[in-house]
Amino acid sequence: MLDLKQLKRLLKQDNSHLPSVKAALVGDTATQLLATAVRGAAIDLGFAIDLYEADYNQVERQFVDPDSELRHSDPHYIIIFQATHQLAAEHAAMPHDQRATLAQQRLNFIEGIVNDPAWKGCRIMCLNYPEIDDTVYGNYANQVPQSLLWQTRLLNVGLMQLAQRYDNLTIVDVAAVQSQMGRNQMFAPSVYVSTEMVLSIDALPAVAYRIAQAIAAQRGTFNKCLILDLDNTLWGGVIGDDGLEGIQLGHGLGIGRAFTELQQWAKKLQQRGVILCVVSKNDEQVAKEPFVHHPDMVLRLDDIAVFVANWETKVDNIRAVQQVLNIGFDAMVFLDDNPFERAMVREHILGITVPELPDDPADYLEYLYGLNLFETASASEVDSKRTRQYQQEAQRVELKRTFANEQEFLASLGMVAKVEPFTPFSIPRVAQLTQRSNQFNLRTVRYSEDDVRQLASDPEVIDMALSLSDRFGDHGLIAVVVMRPLDNESLMVDTWLMSCRVLKRGMERFTLNQMVEAARARGYRRIVGEYVPTVKNGMVARHYPELGFRPIAGEPARWSLDLDEYQQLETTITRV
Amino acid sequence: MNEQILNELTAIFRDILDNDELVATPQLTAEDVEEWDSLSHIQLVVAIEKHWNIKFSSREIMKWQNVGEMADAIAAKVG
Repeated sequence: MLDLKQLKRLLKQDNSHLPSVKAALVGDTATQLLATAVRGAAIDLGFAIDLYEADYNQVERQFVDPDSELRHSDPHYIIIFQATHQLAAEHAAMPHDQRATLAQQRLNFIEGIVNDPAWKGCRIMCLNYPEIDDTVYGNYANQVPQSLLWQTRLLNVGLMQLAQRYDNLTIVDVAAVQSQMGRNQMFAPSVYVSTEMVLSIDALPAVAYRIAQAIAAQRGTFNKCLILDLDNTLWGGVIGDDGLEGIQLGHGLGIGRAFTELQQWAKKLQQRGVILCVVSKNDEQVAKEPFVHHPDMVLRLDDIAVFVANWETKVDNIRAVQQVLNIGFDAMVFLDDNPFERAMVREHILGITVPELPDDPADYLEYLYGLNLFETASASEVDSKRTRQYQQEAQRVELKRTFANEQEFLASLGMVAKVEPFTPFSIPRVAQLTQRSNQFNLRTVRYSEDDVRQLASDPEVIDMALSLSDRFGDHGLIAVVVMRPLDNESLMVDTWLMSCRVLKRGMERFTLNQMVEAARARGYRRIVGEYVPTVKNGMVARHYPELGFRPIAGEPARWSLDLDEYQQLETTITRV
Repeated sequence: MNEQILNELTAIFRDILDNDELVATPQLTAEDVEEWDSLSHIQLVVAIEKHWNIKFSSREIMKWQNVGEMADAIAAKVG
């Protein structure tokens, strides 16, 4: 995490090559420096924010006035920062008997915004409220609904509940930042009284990153994989020297507790869909022994998607992991206690996140908490099955080595696919795929669950969700197609994306066959495809011409497929 | 006037205000420097506090008329 000065410096560089999003910051205290920090943090995370900053103390007017600058700025994200200090002032100005309604009033205001058709297509990023305990009631505040503490906590819980109900609302947890930093670091009274800023100079970057991370996750960039070293990272000591009984783990030996809790954290990440891998300089049998036999290991072999223990360099081994997972290095985090290994990996693998772990293992976890490495914009049921899927993929990679010919290998997999319109069951996963898929994604249109529901109910739209399985296991829903009519004879491919887990299976050929079949059934004669380039989707730049689409004169990014002459493409996938 | 403090202030001013030509002279005021507004002022104060490991009250922060007064305040606290 960079400091304010470094963030400012980033803004002075030429950032014109970065993708840009429009956002607005609306606050009720001085937010100029926060705005600067947010723009800088975004650049550090790989995108630019074109930020409109509303004059402060006008929160309500900006939202209510149909002619407000906010409305004219046409933002995609609106960051709302209402300070606890202003809440406290409002609380103080209210008659005592009305104070119990303060949280609800604020919640009504936010709910009004997320429901207001004027902000359709806009994501509301609402900062929650770090607590101020005014000690007017002392501990007794916990029994008094009129107390500031009660209202603040009620408000924070109420915001969580709103975010659960409204798909277009995201909470940025500044209260969590304050818990991590401590109130004395978060807030500087002298800064506040002289500038009306409620964040200290040191807290600005922490809050700014938190905001930028939430926006980045909405845009589909977030960490998906945690790669772990073993000796002195996952347990204390060196398994090869100290042996199974000698390593520090659990509540017995030395500082074992620190490692146990790190493992518990990793396990929870794994359960919510983060892929865990091991890369260790060790003999494989020796490295695996604690995972099988140590009573205090929290992580077991089942939890690890790809396990690499050998004497190659970590750089080569992480590249090998990437081959199996097929996700970008910029979606990976590598944890290693050894500064030399960290520097090697950082230098040779562009984009990977390598936290500078503190020397003392006791500090690992708190340090990692502070980095908020695993921001996400969704969580769904299938996330928890991901580890199993990657373990299966590792088996496929093993099998593939035994075939000289790609086609024979594919045929041996016995692939079957299910093709369905979007259903209430698939809608969350479809939305998640539109948000997560970056590489095999022709136009990178992001859809919320509500958007997907609308697509599903639109009779004009052809929507397809494709699932794939083979003899090793089920990949689940891995491809999405949305086609809309362009005119009576032609369909436009609005969305065509595929999970990178199933690259090189001939899935795109199978998908095109299905698209053509659906288009013909409705009497269309042409499918028009478009490639919208992003930093990450270069792999599909030639997608349409490679599938036999023809160039359209004067439109370099569009191709057309004539259905009258289309011949089904050969595929080893069977439809069920 | 303490030369050493002024030299160190020059480095802090250049760093925070991102202007490599700045020289912290006792007569210098915020009006003379384009980048020196109320928000960068507070950043200067925080940087000075960290550099000398001292603390200023909010009254002091608001009171200074020029760099000379800042340097005097620093000198008084550093002792």
